Amino acid sequence: MIKTKHILETIKMVDELKFDIRTVTMGISLLDCADTDGEKARQKIYDKITKLTEDFVKTAEKTEREFGVPIINKRISVTPISIIAGSSNDTDYVKFAETLDKAADAAGVNFIGGFSALVQKGFTKGDEILIRSIPEALSVTNKVCSSINVASTKAGINMDAIKLMGQIIKDTAYLTRDKDSLGCAKLVVFANAVEDNPFMAGAFHGVGEAEKVLSVGVSGPGVVKYALEGVKGKDFTEVCETIKKTAFKITRAGEVVAKEICNRLNIPFGIMDLSLAPTPEIGDSVARILEEMGLESCGAHGTTAALALLNDAVKKGGIMASSNVGGLSGAFIPVSEDEGMIAAVNAGSLSLEKLEAMTCVCSVGLDMIAIPGDTPTSTISAIIADECAIGVINQKPTAVRIIPVYGKSVGDMAEFGGLLGRAPIMAVSKFSSEEFIARGGRIPAPVHSFKN
Amino acid sequence: MKAIITIFGKDKVGIIASVATLLAKHNVNILDITQTVMREYFTMTMLVDLSGSKTEFIVLQDELSKKGQELKMDIRIQREDIFEKMYEI
Repeated sequence: MIKTKHILETIKMVDELKFDIRTVTMGISLLDCADTDGEKARQKIYDKITKLTEDFVKTAEKTEREFGVPIINKRISVTPISIIAGSSNDTDYVKFAETLDKAADAAGVNFIGGFSALVQKGFTKGDEILIRSIPEALSVTNKVCSSINVASTKAGINMDAIKLMGQIIKDTAYLTRDKDSLGCAKLVVFANAVEDNPFMAGAFHGVGEAEKVLSVGVSGPGVVKYALEGVKGKDFTEVCETIKKTAFKITRAGEVVAKEICNRLNIPFGIMDLSLAPTPEIGDSVARILEEMGLESCGAHGTTAALALLNDAVKKGGIMASSNVGGLSGAFIPVSEDEGMIAAVNAGSLSLEKLEAMTCVCSVGLDMIAIPGDTPTSTISAIIADECAIGVINQKPTAVRIIPVYGKSVGDMAEFGGLLGRAPIMAVSKFSSEEFIARGGRIPAPVHSFKN
Repeated sequence: MKAIITIFGKDKVGIIASVATLLAKHNVNILDITQTVMREYFTMTMLVDLSGSKTEFIVLQDELSKKGQELKMDIRIQREDIFEKMYEI
């Protein structure tokens, strides 16, 4: 029989340490929904999503009760809409976003991702229309998430797209100004976007994916922190070993629950995303794990090293536990969604510059960072360009989800509510990047030899 | 399907008897029981087999939870395979 101490440990993980499955995300291909008539395409999209997700939430809820591990979010990701809507003669894709929103409501999920375009090398007609539709689309919908891939290691960095995205982010912030520019929290700009990411706001169902799959993102910063409390003062070999063992357990738990849902819905299992994803709740913070390793406050010197080892050890434990690892698989360091990060910013120990350095060793970039509402468009573009450079050179995904909160400045707080949390407005450089961004064009793909 | 039932709370007379009666009513077979009493606190884990039961898992879970409220104990039931996956390579 299974040891009592293991049963009790699992119950403690869920009850006290906030272990959960952060998301089960159903990826749905919409490639067969394209139509020259936009109205017809939208009808096909709505019908397909609602049919495939009919029993999704109900089944997930039943399964989480049987295993005793809560699933916090049930979500949907779809084929990048620029590809589907691009076949239509429409000149504005806001209605496509509204269709996705309605389908998400009908399915009972809390987010739907895929109002997306991949423009790392250039824009198609559909890509450009979609990007220009983003501000309105995100202001008139509640559940739609948008992501744009503007760079890749193979294609380089599309600086025209980055320039445009600076403006789109500002416009989205303005249109959702009555909710602290919440629209920007549902918009991610990527370099090296992955096609099978189950986490929002960057989830979309890549064209290389199957007709439908179910992917899962587990979480458990609280569990990792608790495990590290047991090895206080021990050397890093032991720290890594402890993290690995913990990651193994949480990955296994996530996989068994997800596979059961797949069996019941008769849908193939996609991937396990091993990312440690925090929430704004106390005891569910990645920053507090880094501090548990011996840092006075997240952002102190040593933070990048601590994050690197955390990220690596989580992957090693998770990869041992599951043969279906994919997605982003790395620690997330969103400011607004992590109580410890918020505290670190307020204490003055964590700056935008340090966060940028941290993104070199983990996924997924500058995430949920609130900046002053009057930040110039070119500065936002330049922040994206820096982050893309890190991703492109290091052959890893990076992203920017930044919120220029309308009417607020350094010292204020932005309130997004729920899982999106609250964020102190962080300072950006006061020096201009205007001429740098005005150049446009493309930064070529980097050489993969002479790595220095 | 096999499941683990865990019961925590202050020790008193008749905990096992009342839970076992409930399980028998639903034709759930008890395969193994481990219990400890530390100070006055009672912890019990029970391995049960649900394959002979016609009751839906969720219904049984609700009944056990109700029984827990009556006894002022925390009673929960979870599928066994989650522990197997987490603690065995």
